[in-house]
Amino acid sequence: MLEGLLMGLTTALSLQNLLMVVAGCLIGTFIGMLPGLGPMSIIAIMIPVAISMGDPSAALILLAGVYYGAIFGGSTSSILLNAPGVAGTVASSFDGYPMARQGKAGKALTIAAIASFAGGTIGAILLMIFAPALSSVALLFHSAEYFALMVVGLSAIAAFAGTGQVAKALIMTLLGLIMATVGEGALFNLPRFTMGIMDLQSGFGFITLAMAMFALPEALFLVLKPKDLKGGEGEIKDMRISRAEARAIAPVIGRQSLQGFFIGVLPGAGATIASFLGYAVERNIAPKHEQDEFGKGSIKGLAAPETANNAACTGSFVPLLTLGIPGSGTTAILLGALIALNVTPGPRLMIDEPQIFWAVIMSMFIGNLVLLILNLPLIPYIAKVLSVPRTFLIPFILFFTLMGAYIGQNNATELLLLVGFGVCATALKFADYPLAPLLIGFILGGMMENNFSRSMQLYDGVAFIWERPMTLGLLIIAVILVVLPSYRARRARARAAGVAEGD
Amino acid sequence: MALDRWIALILLGLCLAYGYTAWFTMDAELAPFMRRNPIWPSTFPKVLSILGVIASLIILLGLEKNSSEVGEIDYRRLGDYHLWQALLLLALMVAYALGLRPMGFLFSTSAFLILGSFILGERKWHVMLPVALIATFSVWYLVQEVLGIYMRPLPGFLGG
Repeated sequence: MLEGLLMGLTTALSLQNLLMVVAGCLIGTFIGMLPGLGPMSIIAIMIPVAISMGDPSAALILLAGVYYGAIFGGSTSSILLNAPGVAGTVASSFDGYPMARQGKAGKALTIAAIASFAGGTIGAILLMIFAPALSSVALLFHSAEYFALMVVGLSAIAAFAGTGQVAKALIMTLLGLIMATVGEGALFNLPRFTMGIMDLQSGFGFITLAMAMFALPEALFLVLKPKDLKGGEGEIKDMRISRAEARAIAPVIGRQSLQGFFIGVLPGAGATIASFLGYAVERNIAPKHEQDEFGKGSIKGLAAPETANNAACTGSFVPLLTLGIPGSGTTAILLGALIALNVTPGPRLMIDEPQIFWAVIMSMFIGNLVLLILNLPLIPYIAKVLSVPRTFLIPFILFFTLMGAYIGQNNATELLLLVGFGVCATALKFADYPLAPLLIGFILGGMMENNFSRSMQLYDGVAFIWERPMTLGLLIIAVILVVLPSYRARRARARAAGVAEGD
Repeated sequence: MALDRWIALILLGLCLAYGYTAWFTMDAELAPFMRRNPIWPSTFPKVLSILGVIASLIILLGLEKNSSEVGEIDYRRLGDYHLWQALLLLALMVAYALGLRPMGFLFSTSAFLILGSFILGERKWHVMLPVALIATFSVWYLVQEVLGIYMRPLPGFLGG
């Protein structure tokens, strides 16, 4: 391994590759900051550039840099504008945005930068050590388990979505799943629920929905009820975090680096689930008085998803590099780029072309360092966005919202859908329905149905549920997750009413 | 009845319509050989519709305790807020969506940014105009030249 490390170091430290890391991180950060342009579209756009370079190591280093940068930039817009540019940073806005509103934007960005750095670096170390071993763990998972795992993920999201009203979160999740079935599924080649409308043939756009669920209602709320966007000089002096805060988030970062990494390894899971699950787990294991802080600007609630999503990004390289199976949309695009460069990722990659494998790992360390050094000094300038008067800021937020939906699909109908969904989402927000579960359900819907269908086909029915103990176990966990909160609430109410209840 | 239960009623209707399609009308167009499959295009939607009906009924019947605290905005007094500004901005977004192709990117975007600020009460034209124009041109340059995504810059009659 030491030999590989040195080989990777010499490749990654060449001038060209160093430039690639820096360029990739910069491009990724800036574009990722714009709400709507996620890592997938940025990487897709960068592929022609990468391929024209001809050197697989340099290309992969560049694209990986863009990937990290986009996640990093996405968290910046999540915190400052509550307009996540990337699905993986939606959870960061839960606590990051309240912090920014309390005038602690600088501190929030510092915590995000440190958590991302730690998550990415620890993830890279784990990737180095566990890559070969972990591939065999991921191989044990069958489509039935993937399906069950997604059910667990969605149940956890519904159970921990905030307001404590599980039924509301559940119906939002189901609504997301239902919306994911609109259009032509990959498995059936049959248009479903399109009501004969051609524009719905390919389903709803993810970016459109993300914009409509988060950016638009928030902007409308800002219009309806003007509030002081804290900005300017005030929060910049606050950039340093205290020793106590560092001590508070250190265990969170440690736990979430591990958890995020392992979730990232599982194909289909990835940064989004890792960040939501990380948030939910940290919220649940926090002491009672800190639990109430979550959602109102808790530093732990910000550090958890930030660490987890970066660790998961690193983790998602494991199945790509060792098995040749992309675990997420982004790594699928990377896989396409690699094949175009005449490199076949898979178990033989480490034997045939070890310099690619090790150079990518080394570039992860360098990339994370670049992001930390790049973002921290830029924080005061980034925070300036908030000192822009609202008469200018709101039209720009609306414009970027529209642009994000338009660029992704190049279709003006998408813009009308965006406005329509945005109005619906605002009404849902009035009535205290959580919106994040809808989006997550929508993202996972397609994958979930595919895995469900595959296991149904393999087992000729629903027998896979009881014939595979791991699937059954995971599904039982999912049921417990949904039922437990309302059961506990009922018991607490009964106790409050003076009714004794047997334990 | 509170807004959240009205919404639950709408969602219930949505799930019922969805379920009706999944259970009764969708399978009619299924090719005969596909009927032998254990999984049909309607299988997953069928499960979803049942779960959706259950969840919306729970909210509608108030089986789960409701938090009665007023949220960030009290929807019962919408008139107290800047409702007109919000509605005008929504109308502006719809106009932008409809005008983007025929009017070209440069014109519609600068008009959108200027009118948006205007609706929100900004009257400093000497700031609004340059900001909107610079932003429009730089975004167009970025998207068109750097990212390589084509956007028609000028209105159709100018040959854009």
